[in-house]
Amino acid sequence: MSNEGVDGGRRRFLTAATSVVGAAGAVAAVWPFLASLKPSAKALALGAPVAADIGKLEEGQQVIFVWQGLNIWVLRRSKDMIASLSQVRPRLADPNSDYSQQPEYCKNEHRSIKPEYLVMNAKCTHLGCMPELKAQHPDVSVDPDWLGGYLCPCHGSRYDLSGRVFQSQPAPLNMMVPPYRYASDTMIIIGEDPKKS
Amino acid sequence: MPITPNPYKTTGFLGWIDDRFPLTKLWKDHLSEYYAPKNFNFWYFFGSLALLVLVNQLLTGIFLTMNYKPAADAAFDSVQYIMRDVPWGWLLRYMHAAGASAFFIVVYLHMFRGILYGSHRKPRELIWIFGTLIFLCLMAEAFCGYVLPWGNMSYWGAEVIISLFGTIPYVGHALQVWIQGDFAPADATLNRLFSLHVIALPFVLVALVVLHLMALHEVGSNNPDGIEIKKKKDPATGIPLDGIPFHPYYTVKDLVGVGVFLILFSAVIFFAPTGANLVLEKPNFIPADPQVTPPEITPAWYFGVFYAMLRAVPAFLHTQIWGVLVMFGAVVILFFLPWLDRSPVKSIRYKGALFKTLVVLFALDFVLLNYLGMQPVNPTRTLIARFGTIYYYFFFLAMPWYSRLDKTKPEPERVTS
Repeated sequence: MSNEGVDGGRRRFLTAATSVVGAAGAVAAVWPFLASLKPSAKALALGAPVAADIGKLEEGQQVIFVWQGLNIWVLRRSKDMIASLSQVRPRLADPNSDYSQQPEYCKNEHRSIKPEYLVMNAKCTHLGCMPELKAQHPDVSVDPDWLGGYLCPCHGSRYDLSGRVFQSQPAPLNMMVPPYRYASDTMIIIGEDPKKS
Repeated sequence: MPITPNPYKTTGFLGWIDDRFPLTKLWKDHLSEYYAPKNFNFWYFFGSLALLVLVNQLLTGIFLTMNYKPAADAAFDSVQYIMRDVPWGWLLRYMHAAGASAFFIVVYLHMFRGILYGSHRKPRELIWIFGTLIFLCLMAEAFCGYVLPWGNMSYWGAEVIISLFGTIPYVGHALQVWIQGDFAPADATLNRLFSLHVIALPFVLVALVVLHLMALHEVGSNNPDGIEIKKKKDPATGIPLDGIPFHPYYTVKDLVGVGVFLILFSAVIFFAPTGANLVLEKPNFIPADPQVTPPEITPAWYFGVFYAMLRAVPAFLHTQIWGVLVMFGAVVILFFLPWLDRSPVKSIRYKGALFKTLVVLFALDFVLLNYLGMQPVNPTRTLIARFGTIYYYFFFLAMPWYSRLDKTKPEPERVTS
């Protein structure tokens, strides 16, 4: 091919302009592929808030509800259990839940709206295993000073009865508290914040 | 129009092909006239064995896919269907499962061979890098495959591994949901891991193996003496004096390795298909249950080293990403090995007592960490794992210094037997 009479500057400009537009198109075409991996409309619909009837819970009893595929515990704490929360404070990694994930209205010692009912994601903050409720105490198999709490079977992380992690555990943070509200005294809606009054 | 005749003067059907496609050229370049050092030993079986296992995985995988169903409510049952109702289905599955474990055994030995004889040193850096990429790809492939039976260990293994991405500050949770395609490992997760396991990753894996071999055949194989056979060539033929054609010499030798390997492989498949709870783990005979964590989540045995590191690093600054970084770092550091080793000699045969001691300790450390990664945690084991992790990193990061301090012996001119 002859290069005679070719305007080099013009050719370079057209080559560069075509390349830039082509590259932009290629980058834009990536989006549908990546976005197709996001949760589908079906998955999002199944992740809608869940109504949970807690009226029949006995003291010390814990039940599981499923919200967005997460196992949500509701634990009805006895007076003794609530009392243990302040006693273990000095041994906790994040006693005020400053770094942990919970709604603002649950950022307190009992990590709940009502001290009696703990609503919490049943997931160790280390690698997502489900800790076990070890309410019996003393229990030297867990800890010599055990006052009741949660023990993760996978890597041994220990939490108190508010899901606050003890110091020097594999888990870094307190267990997550999901948003929830009381629809009535015996019914909570998991996944929705309390209505602003 | 007459075509340019091929330089191999082949005639007939082969000649017709050779005029149009470099068949004889490929055969000669990569087999009958690829000159490999004549002093290969036992350690050199594992490259060809890795290729054999790859073929085993592809072949059994194709046939398993014909009966497997990648859906959360059907996957577990379809695996049981393969085991019980599909004629010979049990054999295909056991071959595939034992093949995964065999893959890691031969690849770990193949990599250790490289460290022993300096196969990663100049001019073979790219061979090593492609190899490390293969290892990375293999780990991803093994993880995806592990999830597919959708047993309880599959489910919780997926949960643990995907939540590693959730430890990344700020974007972690969104990233985790995006990877899962749901708020927890679910049908969408299983389906996409299936897609990666049977399409995307095998493509990448095979492509990397081709690149690995192309780079190898470009520069030629290293050998247990760590010297370049291309330096001493027959002046008349230009063939390395210490080189022998790969075919028939090494094809035949590798076939012996294949024979021994298949005896051991068959012994596992037919007499111990669960491989003492290592090839197939007991909790995975229970369907996935998001409500119930297995008593102990252990990774497949071949990830023990990395899992031990993950658990050994404590959380601080209110995040546990450090363990994840240390674990991934343990693989990433391998990429730099060609430049970390500053010894004047390649092979352990001519290295001094310092390197020999450290490399033996490294092998023991690797086995120890792997063991710890498969055991339940307790404070003693965590402490040992911490020392093990530190030594793993020390072995690589201090290499630029100790490999120069080491008292080496002079390399021979020609390969020894």
